[in-house]
Amino acid sequence: MPQSGRALLEAASAASPTPKGVSLHSVTKVFGDVVAVAELNLEVHAGEFFSMLGPSGSGKTTVLRMIAGFEDATSGSIELDGVDVTRMAPFDRNVNTVFQDYALFPHLTIAENVGYGLRVRRMGKSETAERVERALQQVRLAHTADRLPHQLSGGQRQRIALARALILQPSVLLLDEPLGALDKQLREEMQVELKQIQREVGITFIFVTHDQEEALTLSDRIAVFNNGCIEQVGTPNEVYEFPQTAFVAGFLGISNLIAPAHASVITGIDKLISVRPERVRLADAASAVAADETSVLGTVYETVYTGPATRYIIETAAGLRLTAERHNDHHPTAAAAFGRGDAVRAIWKTDHVSIVP
Amino acid sequence: MLRLTRSAKIGLGAIVGVVLVFMYIPLSLVVLNSFNAARIATWPVTDFSLNWWVVAFTSEPIRAALLNSIVVGLGATALALVLGTLTAFALQRYSFFGKQTVNLLVVLPIALPGIVTGVALSNTYNNILEPIGIQIGYFGMIVAHATFCMVMVFNNVLARLRRMSPNLQEASMDLGAGLWQTFKLITFPQFRTAFVAGGLLAFALSFDEVVVTIFTAPPGVDTLPLWIMNQMARPNEASVVNVVATVIILASFIPVYVSQRLSRAEEED
Repeated sequence: MPQSGRALLEAASAASPTPKGVSLHSVTKVFGDVVAVAELNLEVHAGEFFSMLGPSGSGKTTVLRMIAGFEDATSGSIELDGVDVTRMAPFDRNVNTVFQDYALFPHLTIAENVGYGLRVRRMGKSETAERVERALQQVRLAHTADRLPHQLSGGQRQRIALARALILQPSVLLLDEPLGALDKQLREEMQVELKQIQREVGITFIFVTHDQEEALTLSDRIAVFNNGCIEQVGTPNEVYEFPQTAFVAGFLGISNLIAPAHASVITGIDKLISVRPERVRLADAASAVAADETSVLGTVYETVYTGPATRYIIETAAGLRLTAERHNDHHPTAAAAFGRGDAVRAIWKTDHVSIVP
Repeated sequence: MLRLTRSAKIGLGAIVGVVLVFMYIPLSLVVLNSFNAARIATWPVTDFSLNWWVVAFTSEPIRAALLNSIVVGLGATALALVLGTLTAFALQRYSFFGKQTVNLLVVLPIALPGIVTGVALSNTYNNILEPIGIQIGYFGMIVAHATFCMVMVFNNVLARLRRMSPNLQEASMDLGAGLWQTFKLITFPQFRTAFVAGGLLAFALSFDEVVVTIFTAPPGVDTLPLWIMNQMARPNEASVVNVVATVIILASFIPVYVSQRLSRAEEED
């Protein structure tokens, strides 16, 4: 983690001195002869929105399920608010989960679903009813109390699953790809709502997703998972702008990863470097380059129109392919700046490059 | 929906009519003949009388046979419900060595001809258990019925469990419910209809079972089907059989009605 991130964290922990949150100490999970999670260490701070991001099979869901208590860690330990919960049953942990398919009980009404946790704790009827009412209001679904889950839309079911978990005021809420089943527009609405609810209740959220954009949008911090290990932990800005591994650079958005052989020719740095497409601009081959800029000549190999932007893939004489993204802020009817086969110069500010260690 | 031509509709309707007539005319003859004053079933019925109904309702052997059938049916159903449900859970939720073999062996008895099951159990009871001093008797007949009744419960419950999201149990425990609470409040309500339907089928199977019963009933014990078979061998008493059959036809409406209600409730879920 870069220096700036560490300083931020220290400032955050100084503000809240209680040893809360979740910590995992060299946690390993083996299924048969497959190592799903290997020697994982992780600190999630109280009250933060923490995302576990990675491709499917990277171990992120397994970690979530171990925190919830659905899977036993093969070795290592898990602490919750300073208490070792490694061998505790799910019902003894002050943690609740929002499942990917919501797992609402189909034979119970919405009010009964939301009140389930209170019912099994034998809370009085009137107090349960009161808290259910409040929880339903919080997700703006008080009018659905007497309906059955299948009578609700996907987005509504999602919010009921959230209300059912939050009514118990857990110290940590685990969310397993909760927006995965929703269409794009609804998903973006729910992202805003999730963030608002998290801020209101102040509970630690641990959010599993394979959607890098979602992770960047929602999180205070992100852990990027790959092959059962964490590649990098940091704020969205840190993991996006300062990827510590080639995997992180490639998984979060599009990146121009320039191998040391090419990098040494173009920049003089004999290391793997990464430069984001939005930081590369294209100009005519003959254009001048400022002193603080680096450039390389090439021809346009392909153009991709995405609506708000156009991506140009260019190829250099040495066979290196780079992507440059240009905001479509020109007049809507104007032709694209460059076409296939045009000779161009790709230019970026020399200090906009990040070196991948 | 498939669109049918007018002639196809008429043709298919006629087939349905013929099939229904073929199935229900014989049953109506049984009902009609139960009111026949004659000793044997005749056509046309000339003298109507309630005589055979009085005979049937006051007959001690009929009452004993009915009681046996009910006791054996309930016993076999109870065994089937417990074993069938537990087996379904084991095979659906866990993977273990020999799982497919166990599945096959559990379902086999329903396909096995009753005569084979009957001979096998009868030999075991009489030639192995009895010599070593175990008089299995009446209970042996219940166990024999349970072997195939269990398959009904097993198949029904297994099919339901396969459709059930495993996350529901996890969600329940996540919300603080223990194992028993989770079973009572979440798991059982999810497969309750399959459980009841399986139980009904199991009872029905046991109630009309003849072949296995012949081989495993202790000496002097008749179930209702056995009693009917014996009566049919004595043609002079045939008419009283019609009364018993009529009562059974009427009683059959109960499980049919219940199972239709169950499957309708299911569709609404």
